[in-house]
Parts: sequence; C-alpha cells; structure tokens
Amino acid sequence: MKNLMLLAGAAIFCALPLYAQQGNSPSQANVQDTSAMEQRIKDLEERIIALEGQVRMLKSVQTAQAPAQPAAAPAEATAAAAAPAAGAAPAQVAAPTAGPLLVYGGAGGAAAKALNPDISVIGDFIGKAGNNSIQPSPSLEMHESEVAFQAIIDPYARGDFFLSFGEEGVNLEEGYITLTALPAGIVAKVGKMRSAFGKVNMTHNHTLSWIDRPLVTNNLAGGEDGIDDAGVSISRIIPAPKGLFLEATGQVFRGDSGTADNPVFRASRNSDVSAVAHLRSYKDITESTNVDIGLSYARGHNEVGTNFLTQLYGIDATLRWKPLRRSIYHSFVARSEFIWSQRQQLPLEQRAFGYYASADYQLGRRWFLGGRYDWSDRSHLANLTDKGGSAVLTYWPSEFSQIRGQYRFTKYANNIDANELFMQVIFVLGAHGAHPF
Amino acid sequence: MKNMQTHSRLVVGLLAVFLLGAGFSPQAEAKKLNIVTATTDMAALAQEVGGDRVGVESIAKGYQDPHFVEAKPSFLLKLRQADLLIVVGLQLEIGWLPPLITQSGNPRIQVGAPGYFDASQFAEILEIPTGTITRAEGDVHPLGNPHYWLDPANGRRIAKGIAGKLAEMDAADSSYFQQRFEDFDKRLTAAEQKWDAEMKPYRGRKVVTYHRSFPNFAKHFGLNVIGYVEPRPGIPPTPSHTIELIGLMKRENCKVILVEPYFDLKTPNSIGRETGAKVVVYLPSVGGEKDVTDYFKLFDYDIDLLIKAFQATQ
Repeated sequence: MKNLMLLAGAAIFCALPLYAQQGNSPSQANVQDTSAMEQRIKDLEERIIALEGQVRMLKSVQTAQAPAQPAAAPAEATAAAAAPAAGAAPAQVAAPTAGPLLVYGGAGGAAAKALNPDISVIGDFIGKAGNNSIQPSPSLEMHESEVAFQAIIDPYARGDFFLSFGEEGVNLEEGYITLTALPAGIVAKVGKMRSAFGKVNMTHNHTLSWIDRPLVTNNLAGGEDGIDDAGVSISRIIPAPKGLFLEATGQVFRGDSGTADNPVFRASRNSDVSAVAHLRSYKDITESTNVDIGLSYARGHNEVGTNFLTQLYGIDATLRWKPLRRSIYHSFVARSEFIWSQRQQLPLEQRAFGYYASADYQLGRRWFLGGRYDWSDRSHLANLTDKGGSAVLTYWPSEFSQIRGQYRFTKYANNIDANELFMQVIFVLGAHGAHPF
Repeated sequence: MKNMQTHSRLVVGLLAVFLLGAGFSPQAEAKKLNIVTATTDMAALAQEVGGDRVGVESIAKGYQDPHFVEAKPSFLLKLRQADLLIVVGLQLEIGWLPPLITQSGNPRIQVGAPGYFDASQFAEILEIPTGTITRAEGDVHPLGNPHYWLDPANGRRIAKGIAGKLAEMDAADSSYFQQRFEDFDKRLTAAEQKWDAEMKPYRGRKVVTYHRSFPNFAKHFGLNVIGYVEPRPGIPPTPSHTIELIGLMKRENCKVILVEPYFDLKTPNSIGRETGAKVVVYLPSVGGEKDVTDYFKLFDYDIDLLIKAFQATQ
C-alpha cells in the first residue's frame, strides 16, 4: 500500500518539472497552452484523489484476501499511474523503487496492524449506600471490566468476543462466530452467547437502562449472567405483509445457565441440552414511534437432576419514540417483560410469575430520567413474592462515558425491606461495536 | 432417552419453521437492481446514474443526524433484499450500520462482498488527522471528515464510481449507466458554473458552523470556516467555549452561523444575539426539506440561503 502511494508520488514529481518547464519556456504561453495545462493539472488532481481513495480502502478493508493482493495490485497501479500521468517520464524509473519498497510493506508493521480486531474495554464502577440482607453487594466495587474483540473474520463471517473481568476472576461473557453468508437468509451463531430469551437477557450490563437488573431476572432467569451458554443459534427473518418485521430464532445450548448459587439450567449429563426459541415482531408506527413485541420460550434441565425440567415462557414489549429531527435531544422508551417459570423439583413443581415495567425519558442531550417497577415470585418457592421500585437519573458527558444514580426500594417476601442508593460510572476505551437495537 | 427424543423433535420443528420460511422468500430475480444507501445523498446520486433500471432507498432521512441513526429492524427488511449497499464510509455509520449488515442475512452486501460499496473511496477527503488521535478531541473520525458530499466535484466522482459499479453488476445496461452519468456530468458542470458565479462575490467570507460538516462545501466555494459551535466534534456546546467563540467572531467580524437541521438552536441563537450574526439552518443532505429532492436542489437551496445571509449581513 505504501509503495502504491510512493509510486503515485513519484509519478507526480516526475510530471511536475515537465509542467514547470513548459510554463517557463520563453515561447509566449498562449491561452490554449494554459488551459490545456490546467486541464492536465485537474486530471492529475483527479488521479491523486482516486489513488488516495484506493489507499484508504486498502488500509481499511480488513478482508482475509488482503495478504494475497499486494503482489499483483501495485504492478497494475504502477503501469496505470506512471504511464499516462508522467508522459515522457519513463515507467522504469518508478519500477525499480518498487523492489526495495516491498520489503518494508508486506505482512509486517502497518499492514498487520490493519488486520487487528477492534479492541475496547468498558469499565463499570458501582458504589452503594444502604443495606440489603437478601441481595448483598459491596459498598465500592469495580463491578466489571468488559473487554471486547470484534472483527470481520472473512467474507463469510464475523467474530465477537466479550470477556468480563471481575475484580478477581474472568468470565467469557460471549464469544461467537456469526455466519453472515448462509443461503436463504439464515444467520447462524456458534459459540457462547447470551440467549435470545427476552430483552434484558440479551443486554450487556453497560447498555442497560439501570445499574442493576430487574427482580424477575434475578428470581426466575439466572440473574446478571442470565441464560448465557455455549451452543448454536440460527435465526431468520420471516416474510410478513405490511412492513411487519418478523424474526424467528432457535437456539440449542449445553444446558448450563445462571450462577452457582442461582442456577436456571444444569446439565447432569451430556444429553441434558437446553433450548431457547424467540419470535420477534417489530413495526414502525410512524418514523419516530415503533413497537417491538417478542415471545420467548426456554427449556432445560435443572440442578435437581436429569428428570427435572425448568421451562420459562416470556413476553416482552417495547414502545420507543424518538423524533428524527431532534433525535439526539429527546427520546422515550417504555418496556415490560413478563416471565412465567415452571420448575420441577421435590416435593412439588413450582409455578412462578414475575414482571417489570420501566420507562425512560431523555430530558436533553445529556440527561435521562427513568423508573422501574418490579414484581416477582421466587422460582424455588413460588409463594414468596418480592416487590420493588427504582428511580434512575443518568448523565452522559459524551458517547463514551456515563454517570448514573439509582435509588431502589425493595420489599422482599416476609416483610424484609431494603433501601439502597447506587452510583455508577461507565467508561469506554477504544472502538466498541454497536449493539443490536 | 425420552429427553433426547423430545430434543430432536424440537430441533426438527425449528428447522421446519425455517425451511417453511425459506419457501416463502421471493425467488424472482427482479430486473431492477435493488439499491439501499445509508444516506439520502448517496441515494440521490445513485438515482441520477441508475435511472429507471434501479430502485433506490435510503436508510437515514435527510433531516436526521447521520451519526445517530437507530438500527431499527425495519431497515433489515430493506437490507435483506438489497443487491447493492452504498455507504458514506469513513466510520460515519459505525454506530448503527454494522449490526444491521450482520443481521440482514444477505451475503451480497456483507463488508468486502461485491454488493458493499463505500463511496468515500472516490471522493476528496479533508481533515484527515495526522499523528496520534485520542478521544480528548471528541468524536474524531480517524479516516478523515465523512461529510464530503457537499462538493459538486465529489458528487461527480461518486456518481462516476457508482456508474462503474452498476455497469459491473448489470453488464447489459452498462452503456445506459454510462450515458446517464455523462448526462449528469453535463448538467452538474452547468449548474456548477452557475453556483460558482453566484458565490463568487462572497469568496473569503467567514462563517461558523455547528458541527464540522462543511469543509468540502467551504473549500469548493472559497468560504472560510473560522470556528464551530461544538467545542469538539460530537461534544455539545459548553459556556466557556461559547464565550470564546463569541470573542473570536467579534474579532474576525464573522456574521453567519450555519446549523444543521438536527441541532438545537438555543446556543446558536444566543451567539447570534451577542455578535449580530445571522443563524442559518442549512441542509447538509438531500431531503432535509420536502422540496429538496435531488442533488442539484440541495446546492440551490443552500446557496440561496447563504447568499441571502451574506447580503443581510454585509
């Protein structure tokens, strides 16, 4: 790539003296000469712009075939750039320089760097005041440092890794390949991933609207990690009339989800796989308002044993409003998720239900105000019900950092109350790819 | 074993759903090339060149901030049918386009595939940062300023690039596209002469813009952008920067503030009151107003606004 640029430069330098000579020649430069000259300069400018563009493309396109290209491309470019532009300037002048230059290019240095994945780190710091005997959390903690590596693998796939570092210990939050070039519009993911069960389960901590996760997530769907497992996912957009977006997703996982003290699924043997299915429908009501409704189902074996199933049913609904002309200043999102859990255990199957309802309004470019109501039974003892409410205020210094405060009141079963105040700072280093809408 | 059976039944069921869905997908190869563009400007240029042999749709609207488009699933419905995706590039769409491309299930428009077309490769790009870049400078674009289409010369270059691409994709119509480009080129050259003549008296005039979305226009028409309402790209106005800017505008006798239609007018208006400058909501993109329907009308509209503003603030 470098030599391409140098060659172009060489060609131009060879050409310039020619123009200079013509311009300074004693014979009176008549109007025709100058306009012809201007035209040639213009043509040269065009060539430079075109070459600059090619160089940018070569630098930025991170395809697998890149290493194979340089050998052929510069040779063509040499001929194309040098011959007509330089006119009398011999192409051979440029050609020998190509030899040594290739030594510096190739796979080393900048070329290798250009193929590096996008790397980013997201820091998530949480401070807390108040007591909670049921769900304790520390007063000050570096809750999570999420490291992401993302790149296009080859023309057929891209790869995404999200490693979640706690203050001690690392967890592979997600790490998967997405096959984007399959026939019939199928998109497949293979690896470890957050499953498509509802909205909150898919969402990374730093893109949530709150500092914590809703009670229903903690009680019924595996808490912070949620249904996050190794397996295969396929999804496809289903044709539907009238601008309705329908997407079906089917996933099969090993069958281990949730944390050690809050498991959802546990595989006691290899055949205890779990499955998740999700149907998403979406419709634009106007250009600024849309509705997003999903149905989810998850099924797997729980920690009691192979013969004990847990089944989860979910409905999620989201209403979004964002006026396009003022999209960076005002927006509104209302969201709710309902989850039913059916858990086989001894002595009796437990049927639990829970939901949250939340709303967030963007007051100005940097300020967001939100609230959430929580209500959920517990999956192991469905006659115990926890309730709560939160108020959230968020400040955005820029796209790359966020300061948030949340007041949370929880009334746990058996009349145990908790009043807590959370403060959170989130900061992003590097190029973090956009998350799904 | 019983569980195994249930699982395989489940998997088979899921597969059946997909295959059923696949059966419904329209197989008919439409004669028209289906083009989806990231912004309206690229759509306008593609329409000029493609004529009636293409269908063109833009994802972003002309009055929308192209940095912050939401990756709505409804766009996937357009993308999954697209033969060609034209993007502005230079990371303008980095916040919303990549997940759409990935989820589209359309191999033709994946990055690096023949149907992925980055228009920036043909254009003259300004403000390419040199040396180390950090985000202390705000939301900088490391590959250069992506608001490059507001220079007629770049419009011509992009249109030429698109014509080449279309000819490659639809060889039977290549002479049609070539002829459409030549026609566009002719009309653009004529319009350019008119615009240049209209703007000539105002060469060297000083302006302030809200965001750095004006360098190519300023370069082409010889305007002098002396400052920005944003302290750094993507960072909203701060009081200290605003005071500095007011001082600068007074010293430099700058009387025009240009604001993109998607920014709040509060700060520009108060700067205008302090300095006696005129606040002009100019259009960075085709479709920013209802009657600005093509690439020519975009320049007509903006040049008309600018001339009025310059005349009013002699």
